[in-house]
Amino acid sequence: MLDISHISKTFNPGTVNEKKALTDLTLHLDPGEFVTIIGSNGAGKSTLFNAICGSFLTDEGSIKLGGEDITFMPEYRRARSIGRLYQDPMRGSAPGMTIEENLGLAAGSGGWFSHMTARDRARFRDQLALLDMGLEDRMKQPVGLLSGGQRQALTLLMATVNPPKLLLLDEHTAALDPGTAEKVLKVTREVVERHQITTLMVTHNMHQALELGGRTLMMAAGRIVLDVSGSERAGMTVDDLLSRFKAGTGKALDNDRILLS
Amino acid sequence: MLTVAQTALELGLIYSLTVLALFLSYSMLNVCDLSTDGCFTLGAAVGAVVAVAGHPGLSLLAAMGVGVCSGFVTALLQTKMGINSLLAGIIVNTGLYSVNMAVLGGSPNINMNKTVTVFSAAKSLLAGTPLAPFSDIVVGAVAAALVIVILTLFLNTRLGLAIRATGDNPDMVRSSSINPAFTTTVGLCVANAFTGLSGCLLGQMQKSMDVNIGQGVVTIALASLLIGATVLGRGGIALRAFGMVVGAFIFRMVYGVALRLDMPAFMLKLVSSVIVVLALSIPYLKSQWPVLRRRLTAGKEAR
Repeated sequence: MLDISHISKTFNPGTVNEKKALTDLTLHLDPGEFVTIIGSNGAGKSTLFNAICGSFLTDEGSIKLGGEDITFMPEYRRARSIGRLYQDPMRGSAPGMTIEENLGLAAGSGGWFSHMTARDRARFRDQLALLDMGLEDRMKQPVGLLSGGQRQALTLLMATVNPPKLLLLDEHTAALDPGTAEKVLKVTREVVERHQITTLMVTHNMHQALELGGRTLMMAAGRIVLDVSGSERAGMTVDDLLSRFKAGTGKALDNDRILLS
Repeated sequence: MLTVAQTALELGLIYSLTVLALFLSYSMLNVCDLSTDGCFTLGAAVGAVVAVAGHPGLSLLAAMGVGVCSGFVTALLQTKMGINSLLAGIIVNTGLYSVNMAVLGGSPNINMNKTVTVFSAAKSLLAGTPLAPFSDIVVGAVAAALVIVILTLFLNTRLGLAIRATGDNPDMVRSSSINPAFTTTVGLCVANAFTGLSGCLLGQMQKSMDVNIGQGVVTIALASLLIGATVLGRGGIALRAFGMVVGAFIFRMVYGVALRLDMPAFMLKLVSSVIVVLALSIPYLKSQWPVLRRRLTAGKEAR
């Protein structure tokens, strides 16, 4: 589904602030795979997502999605097949517009001059009901009135209302309180499972990294230093993961927000 | 008083088209379009020239057409050439002065006393009916109603939603596979079409236009917009758009009453500036008030 081959990115090349954010990174994802990513601060996790989304063009290498070469495709065109959630729950929805307007924009069925139909509304209502947050009865309310967790759940729905080829989750529960985070995570799992979406998820929760999905990557200094899946991963504990990371990089995992439990 | 209200309604309805244009660009798209003054004059100038040539109906379309062109240039400067949106408006506004003079053939004004305009046509159409003395209001009301209907329908299309989201959260628009440069361009084109139409109608109603007809219109329209948003700020798009017309009327009404109280006519622009300053600063000052009060009381206690 996703084929990243030998991409590199250096920010501010030739200056004192030169930063090699991605170094010759290659990654292949099969359709329907759910992959978690962990890594130190500045390991290049978000940069990898930005490269896939097209926030910048990579210096070298190519990116293919579903067989199509998207290396030079502008960000807004890639967004058609990539859904992305950020850590900031305010970032993915328009606060001044109602819930149904936000969903209508994200669903984007029909041409530029199409209006939202009763059928669209019914579909949105059904999908909102699955979130189990009572949002289906608040469709005419502006999104600015929702809590962070509700907005993140809505953003998830917006990103998947037309199932994308690839879903990128960038610590999307990190800014939420534990209870809400649990709920959003549960919804995430259900949505991904229902549509069989290929998913990459960055997390700083080691436990989550091993529990969710079927494959775990560890990144350090712009490279993937550890890639475990299958039976090897099934028996792994958080301690195993940490020692494997140390063995791979020669350094302990350094992340000021890491959760070990 | 009745004549004050009638004048306020005539002018309010016509200026309300510019207010509705700002409703789209300022309230929805979050772009303060400072080319409004020049675009208003451009619409008036083109409308006058076409009407004098004997095509009153066509003059409206022409005014809207040049409005679209003006909006397109403003949008191009900010989306494709990286010029700050305020600056883009000012630059276009300055350039439009020369364009407007050129349209007027080098003379600063045009007289339309004997020209057939949409207003004189409406007057002869309504002659003998009870609406006859209010024919100007009828034209203005029809224009405002049409623009509200078009704007409401437009803002509820997928394109309209995308335009609103561009002003609300540009990040989200990009991640919804919509090009914000495109939505900004479309929004400014549509808004400036209304501004051009507004200028065209004002010139034709006054039976004359000069090159300064649009001076300060952006502030006047902004004042009307803020009044309208205070009166009818909540609710659906149609209601809020109607509020813009109400705001334009209230503004004209206040101004008309002030004129009656012997305020000289040249004070209009100062009044509109003060209204805009008050409307924009009050929410901020309100939020600062508790801090200020604490400081004042703390100062007293210290003494």
